[in-house]
Amino acid sequence: MQLSDLRESQKARVVRVGGNGALRRRILEMGIVRGTDVYVEKYAPLKDPMELIVKGYHISLRVEEAAQITVEDVR
Amino acid sequence: MPRKNNLTIALAGNPNSGKTTIFNNITGTRQKVGNWPGVTVEKKEGTIHKFGHELKIVDLPGTYSLTPFSIEEIVARDFVLETAPDLVIDIIDASNLERSLYLATQIRELDCKVLFALNMADLARERGIKIDVDKLSELLGLPVVFTVGNKNEGIETLLEKAVELAESDVHIPKTRKVQYSKDIEVSILAVEDLLRISIGEARLPYKFRWTAIKLLEDDQVVRDRIADLAGRSREELLREVENQREHLRRLFDDDPEIVMTDERYGFIAGLVKEAVTTSNRKRVDISRNIDLVLTDRFIGFPIFVFFIWAMFQLTFKLGVYPMAAIEWGVSLLSAGLDSILPESLFKAFLLDGVIAGVGSVIVFLPNILILFFCIAIFEDTGYMARAAFLMDKIMHLIGLHGKSFIPMLMGFGCNVPAIVASRTLESEKDRILTILITPFMSCSAKLPVYIVLAGSFFGAQAGSVIFGIYLMGIVLSIATGRLLRTTILKGADAPFVMELPPYRIPMLKSLLIHMWDRSKMFLKKMSGVILAGSVVVWSLSAFPLHPEYGRDYAAMKEEIQAEYSRRLEAAETEDQEGLLQEQTERLTEVERARQTEHAERSYMGRIGKTVAPIFAPIGIDWRGSVALLTGFAAKEIVVSTMGILYAVEEEASEALKTALQESDMTPLSALSMMVFVLLYVPCLATVAAIRRETGSVKWMLFDVAYTTAIAWLVSFLVYQGGRLSGFA
Repeated sequence: MQLSDLRESQKARVVRVGGNGALRRRILEMGIVRGTDVYVEKYAPLKDPMELIVKGYHISLRVEEAAQITVEDVR
Repeated sequence: MPRKNNLTIALAGNPNSGKTTIFNNITGTRQKVGNWPGVTVEKKEGTIHKFGHELKIVDLPGTYSLTPFSIEEIVARDFVLETAPDLVIDIIDASNLERSLYLATQIRELDCKVLFALNMADLARERGIKIDVDKLSELLGLPVVFTVGNKNEGIETLLEKAVELAESDVHIPKTRKVQYSKDIEVSILAVEDLLRISIGEARLPYKFRWTAIKLLEDDQVVRDRIADLAGRSREELLREVENQREHLRRLFDDDPEIVMTDERYGFIAGLVKEAVTTSNRKRVDISRNIDLVLTDRFIGFPIFVFFIWAMFQLTFKLGVYPMAAIEWGVSLLSAGLDSILPESLFKAFLLDGVIAGVGSVIVFLPNILILFFCIAIFEDTGYMARAAFLMDKIMHLIGLHGKSFIPMLMGFGCNVPAIVASRTLESEKDRILTILITPFMSCSAKLPVYIVLAGSFFGAQAGSVIFGIYLMGIVLSIATGRLLRTTILKGADAPFVMELPPYRIPMLKSLLIHMWDRSKMFLKKMSGVILAGSVVVWSLSAFPLHPEYGRDYAAMKEEIQAEYSRRLEAAETEDQEGLLQEQTERLTEVERARQTEHAERSYMGRIGKTVAPIFAPIGIDWRGSVALLTGFAAKEIVVSTMGILYAVEEEASEALKTALQESDMTPLSALSMMVFVLLYVPCLATVAAIRRETGSVKWMLFDVAYTTAIAWLVSFLVYQGGRLSGFA
């Protein structure tokens, strides 16, 4: 399952951050690393980008960027 | 160890960590704003005297990491490495501990003296996060000081500790740094050994461990530097590093830099586990509730549009009053000098060149101050990030970042602050692209030109025509954006990984400092350019002073005077006043005719006639050409130049309209001229701003050439297309 598949108010745990180069590194450096819990706060009015809560702060990602991040369900 | 009297202290920290607030609190108004050498990243520093020392405080750019991806990161890292400040203060946002600690671990790896300021712990406590400072300090192996930046708490203690630590010769503990997994540590040691052999301690500008880590992370900046230093062993060194990277890649099934980032966060997670307790009690998060409204699916955009509208209303409606005051002051000064100074060339130069020129810039100061104040509010409250969040989808279509929207929007007001505002963009390509398309946003100075031309030729449809012109500007800026993005500024737009900081109540002091910093820059740089430009325009239109006139105006004036003095003598007392008035009117008429002919025969007029063939295919005569040329100094001048050339008083726009209608201008050529004014080279101040903000003459020249070529081309299509379709 990809992060971009999640709907508003859904929670998940990061399995793998894909993509390449600077973008991937940047996402990791912002704390979206393996094992991190993410919460989808909302999508922008035009459905892109999306807002997440990670490690207690709010961050926005484009949907196409979120599509590179594999997540799993958290119980 | 001898006491050093001058200490340099660098402030590092994440964006939104309250770093700027702490910097403002420490240095107050004693700050110097400039640029870091070679780049357009703002550099702020301030010097204070404390505890018998002179402390130079340098505010490093706010960054999340020290990986050299953005200019800000490179600047911050280079400063710590090359300038070697006596101490680095890393400001850690307590309410955002884990992410703040990522930068902290990287600074620790640099092996410089560092002090941590745990900022906004009150905010964290409100959110149910309790941080054990002693524990944190022990785990990091370095002192940690509590601060509350916006209440100015803990700043004294911070400085005291900073001086103490900077002066002491304690060794920075080697422990308490990130320990990577065993395999990575083995590779680090292997590379370290190789560095010791091939370069040696004396010649290596950095620490061994750090250099080895960076080489394993494939850090391009460090790699190039080391390759230069290694000389003959270069090949061998780089091959070995690549071998180690390949070895790690096989082991972890991922790039070493990714694994190391992961492990740093692992180290941080351990730290946080020990030093932080989080209570699970649910609390009302005000910032989150505000955000639910401001970025709401339905009312988010209307609110955004309202804010922008309010900003423009404030800027231009409120700005009118101080503007009028400044105009009044300038005219008072001008009139005062006019009565004091004797008639001379110097006087004309001073009044029509210098004062008129500088006066034309200084009247924009209130607009610019208000605009920057509003922008500072957007930034300091955290709304700017939301504006980018809302607009990103649309901007992404042009290949730009959501943040580009603000500069483009400001372009409708004045391009100069708009171009300066593009500084908020992180990626250089995005910044240049935004700067290049912003001038197509029709600025407020062009409006008087449209009003005169459209008003003269389109009557009731004038409003629609002007709206169409604005729309054309927007369309062309989008087209230009797409064109440049797929050609010379190729590449994906910057990723939209952006923090949405919590909403905060801005501090007036910080708003004022923000506003003033930018406005000062505008005034300082632009007044110089504007001054020079107006002097040139004035000189070209003033010289030669006494050209060969077709008619003898002096004789004509004498004749009138002679005639009226005869008639005055003969007239009754009650008729004299009327006669005097008549005389003045006739004299003015002759003088105006002389001015018109002078304009035609001045260097400017000659240039206009020379370039007229270029403008002929787009339906603009020599007068229009001259007006357009003078418009390079400032767009408002286009109207006043036409006023002079069509021999009407500058102020009376009705008279100019009539004169234009009587001339050989047609609605079609008026439209063509409006299009040209919309698109052609931006004013001198804007061009100077482009040069400054792109940091290159090349981009400035490109912009001048591109805009002018597009303007001519589109006007040509409009004019010739219109003629072919049967419009006059």
